[in-house]
Amino acid sequence: MSDPIVISDESVAAAVDAALAAISEADDSTALKAARSAHVGEASVLSRLNATLRDVPKEQKAAAGKLMGQARARVAEALAEREAHIVVREEQARLESEFVDVTALPSRARVGARHPLSLLQERIADIFVGMGWEVAEGPELESEWFNFDALNFAPDHPARAMQDTFFIEPVDAHLLLRTHTSPVQIRSLLSRELPVYVIAPGRVYRTDELDATHTPVFMQVEGIAIDKGLTMAHLRGTLEHFARAMFGEGAKIRLRPNYFPFTEPSAEMDVWQPNAKGGARWVEWGGCGMVNPNVLLSAGIDPEEYQGFAFGMGIERTLQFRNDDLNDMRDMVEGDIRFSQQFGMVV
Amino acid sequence: MRIPLGWLAEFVDVTPGSTVADVHAALVKVGLEEEGSHDFDLTGPIVVGEVLEFVEEPQSNGKTIRWCSVRVAPDGEKALDGGADVRGIVCGAHNFVPGDKVVVTLPGAVLPGGFAIAARKTYGHVSDGMIASSRELGLGDEHDGILRLATLGLDPVVGSDALSLLGLDDQAVEVNVTPDRGYAFSIRGIAREYAHATGAAFRDPALAPAVEDASGFEVVIDDEAPIRGRVGATVFVTRLVRDVDPTKPTPPWMATRLSLAGIRSISLIVDITNYVMLELGQPIHAYDFDKLTGGIRVRRARQGEKLVTLDDQTRALDSEDLVIADESGAIGLAGVMGGASTEIGDSSRTVLVEAANFDPVSIARTARRHKLPSEASRRFERGVDPAVAPVAAARVVQLLVDLAGGTADPLGSSYSQHVQPAPVELPDGYISGLIGADFTAEEIRSALAEIGGRIVEIEGGLLVTPPTWRSDITHKSALAEEVARIVGYERIPSVLPVAPPGRGLTREQSLRRQASQTLASSGLVEVMAYPFVSEAAVQLFGSQTGDAVTAVRVANPLDAEAPYLRTSLLPGLLDIVRRNLSRGLLDLALFETGLVFLPEPGVEYGRAELPRGGARPTDEVLADLDAGLPAQPRHVAVVLAGNAWDKQPGLDAHPVGLADALDSVRQLGLALGLEIRAVQGSHSALHPGRTASLVVSTTQGERVVGVAGELLPRIAEDAHLPRVVAVAELYLDALIDLSPREVAVQPIFGYPAATQDLSLVVRRGTPAGEVSDAVVRGAGPLLEDIRLVDDYRGSGVDENQKSLTFALRFRAADRTLTASEASDAKLAGLAVAAAEFGASLRE
Repeated sequence: MSDPIVISDESVAAAVDAALAAISEADDSTALKAARSAHVGEASVLSRLNATLRDVPKEQKAAAGKLMGQARARVAEALAEREAHIVVREEQARLESEFVDVTALPSRARVGARHPLSLLQERIADIFVGMGWEVAEGPELESEWFNFDALNFAPDHPARAMQDTFFIEPVDAHLLLRTHTSPVQIRSLLSRELPVYVIAPGRVYRTDELDATHTPVFMQVEGIAIDKGLTMAHLRGTLEHFARAMFGEGAKIRLRPNYFPFTEPSAEMDVWQPNAKGGARWVEWGGCGMVNPNVLLSAGIDPEEYQGFAFGMGIERTLQFRNDDLNDMRDMVEGDIRFSQQFGMVV
Repeated sequence: MRIPLGWLAEFVDVTPGSTVADVHAALVKVGLEEEGSHDFDLTGPIVVGEVLEFVEEPQSNGKTIRWCSVRVAPDGEKALDGGADVRGIVCGAHNFVPGDKVVVTLPGAVLPGGFAIAARKTYGHVSDGMIASSRELGLGDEHDGILRLATLGLDPVVGSDALSLLGLDDQAVEVNVTPDRGYAFSIRGIAREYAHATGAAFRDPALAPAVEDASGFEVVIDDEAPIRGRVGATVFVTRLVRDVDPTKPTPPWMATRLSLAGIRSISLIVDITNYVMLELGQPIHAYDFDKLTGGIRVRRARQGEKLVTLDDQTRALDSEDLVIADESGAIGLAGVMGGASTEIGDSSRTVLVEAANFDPVSIARTARRHKLPSEASRRFERGVDPAVAPVAAARVVQLLVDLAGGTADPLGSSYSQHVQPAPVELPDGYISGLIGADFTAEEIRSALAEIGGRIVEIEGGLLVTPPTWRSDITHKSALAEEVARIVGYERIPSVLPVAPPGRGLTREQSLRRQASQTLASSGLVEVMAYPFVSEAAVQLFGSQTGDAVTAVRVANPLDAEAPYLRTSLLPGLLDIVRRNLSRGLLDLALFETGLVFLPEPGVEYGRAELPRGGARPTDEVLADLDAGLPAQPRHVAVVLAGNAWDKQPGLDAHPVGLADALDSVRQLGLALGLEIRAVQGSHSALHPGRTASLVVSTTQGERVVGVAGELLPRIAEDAHLPRVVAVAELYLDALIDLSPREVAVQPIFGYPAATQDLSLVVRRGTPAGEVSDAVVRGAGPLLEDIRLVDDYRGSGVDENQKSLTFALRFRAADRTLTASEASDAKLAGLAVAAAEFGASLRE
């Protein structure tokens, strides 16, 4: 047992001073913990002084109690203040020690990409879906009937030979790789209720050797609308809407007479691209026309009651028009990852 | 089709000052697309000169040159280049004498190929120009010395412009003639189109006098096997011309026009037939009459019959081929190519001219069968005006008389059985209702008259008889096209039609997009390979078992090594991997979605007889057409090579393996709302210990939806790929079909979870996934989640065993679980694992 101690102004002041000095000297949470234990712990002078309160004569108790209370409050306040300070400083120090170079952090996630032709095909579909059209699909290996006969290509007509067709063995089975997505038009007309407004994007095949401007396997999008009272003016309106969605507000369509077996009248369509890099220009975009009555008859539709229009264009070409620097077809088909990675998920 | 502008101007008033571009612009308006333009690629001053005298000077190189004095302008006048009227010119040729008129290219002229003429020092003289040969002028192949104008029958004024004299100042436009417009394969047809485009006056050369009906030469049309009911020949006009001199030169105006039109000048008589064909669109054949044996019979070829054609090829004829025959047998492939036995030669004196009309289908098939596309067959296939033959014959006869010194003979034949085009009814309002623009009655009538239609007014509309050269016009929609294009497509307004409300993308289309988006988001790059593969690739990836598989074979592949259609996406993807590797791109994560072609062995696909177009086939026939196609399901495949990530600060490189492929499979499952699980599997192209069969649980049991694995190292090595290539291929259509229409939702409970680990020991060969499944079944509904956290083999565990540690999370719906409830559930799980796999708790 240490020396007996008595509450007095002096003794309390001395204990408080000692406590405050120790607290202010404490530099980190460990030192502060030691100071707390030494000056407010059970064995501390202040605690022991406090314990003597019960022995203080009744008439002095109020004054002694007040003295002790103020003393302990001062110390507790100093402790809290110091602790807050130390916590902030230590947190800061820890954060500083956790500094990383954000430009040198490792990356564990690979970055993938869609193929721009797929993205563009989806975007085109979205434009038409937004107009109430639907997206139709069909087989790539087709019967010659769907690819030619039903589309008003007469047997032995030179237009058939112009299509550079891949035929399937044995050739007398009349199977081929579709040369356009038009077979899907016939399939849609055969299977859907009228009116029909569909687009058919997909892969098509022609026997062209791969070079900067040709590829034997490419993508097309074709549209067909069959309804009562559709006219070539509706064809132009649809194409212009589509062209503006693809090439910007100022885009417009020019039609030139041409020939396709499945349309009459037929037209080649040029699109005016106001925002082309080399300056505004007309470029040939695809073919179109009013669906030939024989095509409607192939699908069992009465051409005296229904009429409509069809159009088609290459998706590769459309992509090239949107990206002037994309002038080698091979980049689109070779699968070099750098090509798709330029686009990422956006076309 | 190439059209020399000077020739065009004979039949239509070409706007004065028109450039090639102007003519193209006019023709494109009516549907003749620009293909290019042609000229002789030379510029003057090029003039007519007269050799006054020359001195022969032998040279040290053994040659003798002539130092000539040439008059290039009338006496005392300035030449076309502004220089003197007489020039000194060095010439290496010896085929001329003083007094000959020649072509002189003066300094400043540029000859084909950019050969610029200048006064230059040569053989000790300053040669002030050049005396030109035919070849140097681009007039032909003749290079036996210089061109002497007298040989062309020309005696022009000295100093005059030789370019216009020879027609070398003309230019040609080239347009694409669409297959429906056979008549536009002629200057006549193009001139008519130019008139449509510009409103200029058209002078139809077919209105020239025709040959008079003639007889005396026997022609029999004897078609015993018409194709689709169409007799092979409907018109056969012949005329005889005697006493021709085939060795006379082709006049330069004709030679230059033929040359600009892309046809080589061969000999006068051949040139005349080609010239008339180009002018009128009527192919002409000329026979050496003296080599004919008797009259002509047009018939189908006999079985085994042979013919030597003009190109000296011996051709075995098909019984479908239409031939021209005399008593000796076939002497020509009708409408395609003549025969060698009656060919015109230098000694020919009597020419039989043939202007006929043949069935387009018959000609097309013969030309294709013998791989003989000729100028004649190209025209017949597309349809030749059957009415023009007598005019064309007359034109040829006249040219033979005028240019070859012949005498027209009345002998000939005038067979003509062609049918007139059927009239087409055109109801009032039809055209405006199809085109969506208003056309006045006057516009319609005038356009239809312009194209040569004969118009009769009928109740409620017009009856239009198309002209003989428009066999393509069989329906009122064709009349609408004519009116629209002649008035101009710019008349058509722009009106956006309102489609009925659509249903948006189908479920399949949305899910396919989501699958691709998800795979790309998880770090894979989408590629699209060609579907053409080799036999080896088909066999390697065609079946899980390695058994031989059937594949679709392309009859005319571009690459003879890859004639098959893919049965798997992997061969194409591996090719793309290889291409990227060769470009130094080593870390690859690719995916593709696309169709594969899966014929069943022994099935005969397709159909020998197709229904005709223009009528809906019966449902049975349509079903049969569909049944005739092999299955073409859509697959999705992933290929990984190199590192998933490279070494980086604080991180080691992560080489890809099967686990990465399975990660992609899980991502795909996420996109499609499916849990795709891996079970041990096998595939003949994949590592036997690192192959997973991919399955989805369905109400009908487990369904295999694909395979994943690492390539067999031997296959990777053979294909020049890294040793580890991880792949996965799944049946995308089947997955989408399995994808839930509706998600089965469980309520979420908020009571605290109890987590416990379970370490158990099983035989090493036991798949952890199956042990996990057993624990799940045993632990019951309190088990919320189970995860394999460790697979330990080593001390403390028997050599043939392994210790698996699972982290388990338990939760009850209605209360806080006690530790003992969780332990009981865990032990219940262990009990099932013990019963099924002999698992024991690891001490």
